[in-house]
Amino acid sequence: MALAPAMAPQQVTHPGSKIRAATTEPPSMRLLISAIALAFLGMFLFLPLVAVFSNAFAQGARVFLDAISEHDALSAIRLTLMTAAVAVPLNLGFGLAASWAIAKFEFRGKGVLMTLIDLPFAVSPVISGLIFVLLFGTEGWVGPWLSSHDVKIIFAVPGIVLSTTFVTFPFVARELIPVMQAYGNEEEEAAMVLGASGWQMFLRVTLPNVKWGLLYGIIICNARAMGEFGAVSVVSGKISGLTATMPVYVELLYNSYELAAAFAIASLLTSLALVTLVAKRLLAFSSSADLSEREDPATEKFAA
Amino acid sequence: MSIEVRNIRKSFGNFVALDDVSLKVETGELVALLGMSGSGKTTLLRIIAGLEAPDSGTVHFHGTDATEIKVRERRVGFVFQHYALFRHMSVFENVAFGLRVKPRASRPSKLDIARRVHELLKLVQLDSMATRLPSQLSGGQRQRVALARALAVEPSVLLLDEPFGALDAKVRAELRRWLRRLHDELHITSVFVTHDQEEALELADRVVVMNQGRVEQIGAPSEVYHHPATPFVYQFLGNVNLFHGRVEDGHVTIDGTPLGVGDATVQRNGGSKERATIYLRPHQLEIALSPGGGNEFRATVAHINSAGPKVKLDLITEWGGPVLAEIDHERFATLKLQRGHRVFARPKEKPRVFVYQI
Repeated sequence: MALAPAMAPQQVTHPGSKIRAATTEPPSMRLLISAIALAFLGMFLFLPLVAVFSNAFAQGARVFLDAISEHDALSAIRLTLMTAAVAVPLNLGFGLAASWAIAKFEFRGKGVLMTLIDLPFAVSPVISGLIFVLLFGTEGWVGPWLSSHDVKIIFAVPGIVLSTTFVTFPFVARELIPVMQAYGNEEEEAAMVLGASGWQMFLRVTLPNVKWGLLYGIIICNARAMGEFGAVSVVSGKISGLTATMPVYVELLYNSYELAAAFAIASLLTSLALVTLVAKRLLAFSSSADLSEREDPATEKFAA
Repeated sequence: MSIEVRNIRKSFGNFVALDDVSLKVETGELVALLGMSGSGKTTLLRIIAGLEAPDSGTVHFHGTDATEIKVRERRVGFVFQHYALFRHMSVFENVAFGLRVKPRASRPSKLDIARRVHELLKLVQLDSMATRLPSQLSGGQRQRVALARALAVEPSVLLLDEPFGALDAKVRAELRRWLRRLHDELHITSVFVTHDQEEALELADRVVVMNQGRVEQIGAPSEVYHHPATPFVYQFLGNVNLFHGRVEDGHVTIDGTPLGVGDATVQRNGGSKERATIYLRPHQLEIALSPGGGNEFRATVAHINSAGPKVKLDLITEWGGPVLAEIDHERFATLKLQRGHRVFARPKEKPRVFVYQI
């Protein structure tokens, strides 16, 4: 019977029989489902990936290197790195504070705070960008005051940093809240009783407990900060060599038919995504090892 | 160092956790806070530790008001119910924590810390486990690490929240005796919370029985067991037979049948008819096949359980109520009791009668 090889686990208990677990589908069905999933994956994920890299190197490594070492390209890379270098630490601080407050304290408006944290997820990035233009633009609420004091936010670097920070701020907090809630605060209480100050408690007990969740949040936040296009394209003014981040620069190149250069920069961003995925995978691995340790006392409690 | 709490009140929303609780623990004493879950015992312990602030009332350590003193300055050792060990630190680091976080001026040198930690680990018989992580220890070992960690800072009082709650019965009994010996060695003023009466009665110098945020009775284990002050304590400590009856002119009757408890000390609040609750422990009942003096009531044997140090008899009384009696095996053999036998049950000692006016 064709069933036999696929049914190996069941055969241990029912040799030769056609009995199978209620949740197990026949092999033909499993094959079909797997095929659909793989075909989808290949078409929408793998194929574009190959296309990006093959197009980037279509005219040789020479052209690729020239494209990424051009003045405007370097400026875009610098601006992107700088934006992430500001936005990620800001969101790290905010994420720690927010998740700490939400996980460890009871206060009024907690639900509202949690909903607000998700706001950037819900709002289209273009709208986020527009909000900043409406706030800080020359026609905006505080724009005239800012320009009379010679502060430029829109169509300048501060606007890019601001909108990127806004778009990426849920990432760290979202990762940390469930982790902190799961740990509870018994260990913090133990540290306090033993004489630790708030700072010592945070550094020696809280932080080590949430470190994997925190790193995970930082990596995702960083990936999003470097890749943000919608909000940045609205507030930056897209001035090549001045206010164009890497994603915006890719669009500029593409619109001026410099396909090889566009794909060269795109391949850099794609590499970042791949590195992020690998790092994320490694972290998920380490944190699940930690999690399984954590379950120990719980199961014991249950047994007792 | 003595601990005294005065008129502590604490509510969580609408729930009153502690309602005017006062209590004194003498220096070197081992006191149990005994009660069911929700009786406020853990809240009281956390208030003594400073982990929770009372709504009103004060906590005194050695005669001085410590209510305003922050938890990290109270110098208490606290053992959490689920130990709350730092899971990312080794056993050694867990025990060393309290010493490492001391301000620089009073912090011992690395060498001294190591010496002290190993001393403590020897005390709790875990010196060979110093490099392990808490997740690699058994429940009983974790409990001892938690204790060593609490003792490391040389606390003036030791507070334990359900110290044996998460352990299985055998380990629990062992650890209990071990903790008693440890306490006799160190003489540190200790308070522990438990819902297990056996644990409280066996381990503590004095037992504080709590119910619904109030203290029902404070006393030595034998005192609270043999002379319960309130109906609650009677029911809570040990098995007990409960009878609802009436008092008429000093005689207790149930459903018109005289219980035959004779000269039971009945507190009379005037009036000739009163409702009464009578408590009799199973071992306070004597069983006989024939009547013998009138101080008895009739019953039928419904079930016999002879597996154990005593023989347990389930009796059904004339008025239909179930009664539990415990007799020793010799007596059981003499009587040759079987299911369905009709017997006479006689209280050996005066039962405790609580009287309410109708």
